[in-house]
Amino acid sequence: MPAPVRLRELIRTIRAARTQAEEREVIQKECALIRSSFREEDNTYRCRNVAKLIYMHMLGYPAHFGQLECLKLIASQRFTDKRIGYLGAMLLLDERQDVHLLMTNCLKNDLSHSTQFVQGLSLCTLGCMGSSDMCRDLAGEVEKLLKNSNSYIRKKAALAAVHVIRKVPELLEMFLPATKNLLNDKNHGVLHAAVVLVIEMCKHSPDTHAYFRKVVPQLVKSLKNLIMSGYSPEHDVSGISDPFLQVQILRLLRILGKSDDEASEQMNDILAQVATNTETSKNVGNAILYETVLTVMDIKSESGLRVLAVNILGRFLLNNDKNIRYVALTSLLKMVQTDHNAVQRHRSTIVDCLTDLDVSIKRRAMDLCFALVNGSNVQGMMKELLYFLDHCDPEFKADCASGIFLAAEKYAPNKRWHIDTIMRVLTTAGGYVRDDSVPLLIQLISNANSLHAYIVQKLYQAIRVDISQQPLVQVAVWCIGEYGDLLLSAEFEEESQVQVTEDEVLDVLEKILQSSLSALTTREYALTAIMKLSTRLQSSTNRIRKAVSIYGSSLDVELQQRAVEYSALFMRFDHMRPALLERMPLIQKGAANGPVQTVVNGEEKEEGGSLPAQEQLSQQAQVSNLLDLLDVSNPAPSVPQESKVPHAGGELLDLLDGLNLPDPQSSGLSGAQPHLVLDGIAAPNSHSTVNLKQDIPSIIAYDQNGLKIEFSFERSKANTNMLFITLRASNSTEVDMSNFILQAAVPKSFQLQLMSPSGSNIPARNSGAVTQLMRVLNTQKHPLRMRLKLMYNHREAPIEVMADINEFPLQAWE
Amino acid sequence: MIKAILIFNNHGKPRLSKFYERYSEDTQQQIIRETFHLVSKRDENVCNFLEGGMLIGGADNKLIYRHYATLYFVFCVDSSESELGILDLIQVFVETLDKCFENVCELDLIFHVDKVHNILAEMVMGGMVLETNMNEIVTQIDAQNKMEKSEAPTGSKQYHPTRGQCLQLPAPPPRLRKKPRSLTLWCQPLIASSKCTYRH
Repeated sequence: MPAPVRLRELIRTIRAARTQAEEREVIQKECALIRSSFREEDNTYRCRNVAKLIYMHMLGYPAHFGQLECLKLIASQRFTDKRIGYLGAMLLLDERQDVHLLMTNCLKNDLSHSTQFVQGLSLCTLGCMGSSDMCRDLAGEVEKLLKNSNSYIRKKAALAAVHVIRKVPELLEMFLPATKNLLNDKNHGVLHAAVVLVIEMCKHSPDTHAYFRKVVPQLVKSLKNLIMSGYSPEHDVSGISDPFLQVQILRLLRILGKSDDEASEQMNDILAQVATNTETSKNVGNAILYETVLTVMDIKSESGLRVLAVNILGRFLLNNDKNIRYVALTSLLKMVQTDHNAVQRHRSTIVDCLTDLDVSIKRRAMDLCFALVNGSNVQGMMKELLYFLDHCDPEFKADCASGIFLAAEKYAPNKRWHIDTIMRVLTTAGGYVRDDSVPLLIQLISNANSLHAYIVQKLYQAIRVDISQQPLVQVAVWCIGEYGDLLLSAEFEEESQVQVTEDEVLDVLEKILQSSLSALTTREYALTAIMKLSTRLQSSTNRIRKAVSIYGSSLDVELQQRAVEYSALFMRFDHMRPALLERMPLIQKGAANGPVQTVVNGEEKEEGGSLPAQEQLSQQAQVSNLLDLLDVSNPAPSVPQESKVPHAGGELLDLLDGLNLPDPQSSGLSGAQPHLVLDGIAAPNSHSTVNLKQDIPSIIAYDQNGLKIEFSFERSKANTNMLFITLRASNSTEVDMSNFILQAAVPKSFQLQLMSPSGSNIPARNSGAVTQLMRVLNTQKHPLRMRLKLMYNHREAPIEVMADINEFPLQAWE
Repeated sequence: MIKAILIFNNHGKPRLSKFYERYSEDTQQQIIRETFHLVSKRDENVCNFLEGGMLIGGADNKLIYRHYATLYFVFCVDSSESELGILDLIQVFVETLDKCFENVCELDLIFHVDKVHNILAEMVMGGMVLETNMNEIVTQIDAQNKMEKSEAPTGSKQYHPTRGQCLQLPAPPPRLRKKPRSLTLWCQPLIASSKCTYRH
């Protein structure tokens, strides 16, 4: 087999490939060659092949078949092999493969190899990808190497120890004594690594803080040497000697001085010295200053030092270099909680940063502005922030809008300003506000009694112009529905108000309903608003009725349901309409619970018992999603359910099923209902009705083929027109009847409501029965007649029978 | 801690990728692509810090990058690292490469990926900064290379740079891709000597 190509050749070939497909071809061919070469156990060219494999891995092609080969290379004696092998191990292997455990032995041997570079390689690999098992095994070796005389080894061992501690924090104590010695080291590299090691230890275990606090004077001395020492070409970076080490020492001082007065005191001088002596013209100097500022802020420094730190940050803010400004904004954000006043001094600069071209700086500035808003500067800041909202990129708008809402809520000087601000946000960034802000806004608006006219005027004008921003449209439509009369009869406080006619209002609402820009939620809002206007506007009832009835055949279930119910309101319950569509009571903040609470309220009201017909309707209305139909006579607070608006009716009904209502038999939903849509919504719990029994003889409605159905009657005390019928189905045959379904029909002048039966299986030989509750409303006192349709399975055969019941006892319906 | 070090060119081709945290291979490639998208959109005069994408740990992590000629050097770090310090580190890394390769350019990185890895291993280990002294690093690298050369030359790799095309002229006119631009182009006025010291 010819010698495999060198890595360089392979790279050249890959680069010569002009398309992705060509490149893939080249690589696949090469992979095949490499694979066969691996199979042949070729020692001489293994490292070349693995190098090629690593390159292909970087480009994104699978290279896992080389993992074992890496191990073989590591085990080899040649340095070249080891080098490539360890590199391959770091890139291709990780803890999830079992193969890596095989490496442990090799690593152990190499850790005590005679050549420092081999030791270095194995330390490096351990430090990069050692698993916790490997770390546990090799920790002792690493600790030994910490005391090695070779500085090259010492510094690598220190960082390997960092990795070991990260993986297995329990081994921390093992490294403590050696580390202390390392801190005295002269070699900068070793000192740097040792400081990093100490920082890592302190992060993992607060006890070590006390142990290392004794070292603080030493660290201070080292830092001093670094600053004071003359030019040292080795470590010089732009005129400052070893800034990396300085920064690390400062960071360690920060951790050690955090809550300790004594240590902080020892540091004060050196920090002041660093802060004043460091040259700020280059990035390096600024890096050190930045670290100093962070340290001063975190430890218990004296106030003079803190002022110095904030001034440094202020200077950073004015720097031309974007990086410095970014860094300053970040640290100011961290400080704003603790040193609020100091940061306030730089408010104007921060506000200027809002107009910067750089996205990162703008974001930081925005966050900081929100943190700086307080009662005294809220109006000025809000002006700037609103301007920013107008002109910023879309990615900021959502955060900015929510931030403005929060700030306005906390610090609004008066209601009118608050509403104005909110409306401004809605009109400029209306599409980006969060969905849950709509109910919050509605609640806010409904609380501001004196401003209703003003608000509805402004919102109306806003949506006349533009109906594409859904949250804005939703709020506006709700307001128009609630306060439509104010809109029409507005007093002319400001010149911006215009005289509005009823037709114009309805035009706008209908446009929203029909527009393809409107989301489903918005349409639902609009339909309800139109309905509410039927009581607020004087002359447009017909138009409204027509508009509503169109949607009775809408394809969307929610709209259709609403439309049909509203139409029913017009037709049958017109006398109730004004009461139902009155102004909503004050929404209580935080009462935005789900339907569960609603139903519970309904139950309680049932026990209390107010006007029964309205009550029944109002319970149904409550239980439905149409909160707007709430009866004002209800004393309990209403629950804002706009946020639940998109749910179809079915979901809500499922919720009812899950509830633990006292009388499971009579609660829940009816079966197939041919009658009124309203019947489909259950009024929970007629438990109380049992107490309202009156003496009416029961009848046997049907008795054939072993199936007997008995009716027993109760007249509701609260409503003499309401009759409760409990039917009891029993089975005298030898075989059970299953899938029992009963349907009932009554003449048009009655209203019937069927609750769900207790079961659908009637056991044989009268050993049990199925009961079901029916409610009949007989407003016109006609004689009661009923037709029953019974469906069940008996002896494997489905049976369907119809029965007419004409002989009801007089007391049942008189 | 440094989470990842990526070098890719202006078209998004990875020239070096080193991850100090475990990611699957697919995730690694995705990270490279996403980082390229984020970084390539940046203007020339904005700050060098970016909030990281969703893949690399989200809120805590930042991307600190520098653009040299045709290459982007991107370090993905978490909040424990000083941003300005990492900027300096990138600079030191590039200068070290310059010392090892003599007027390093993209081709050097392409054909000597393993050597770049070795240099990087002397500077950053396990996500932590190991050594920042350029001379020290170069000394160690030279010693190790000598060791390799002294071993039996079967299949040994040659380490002298392959090309002689690296121009030393400042401000080269815009031209075809054949001639690589020196990475040290940023210090145009001082490029008379082949060694370029750290100056802003």
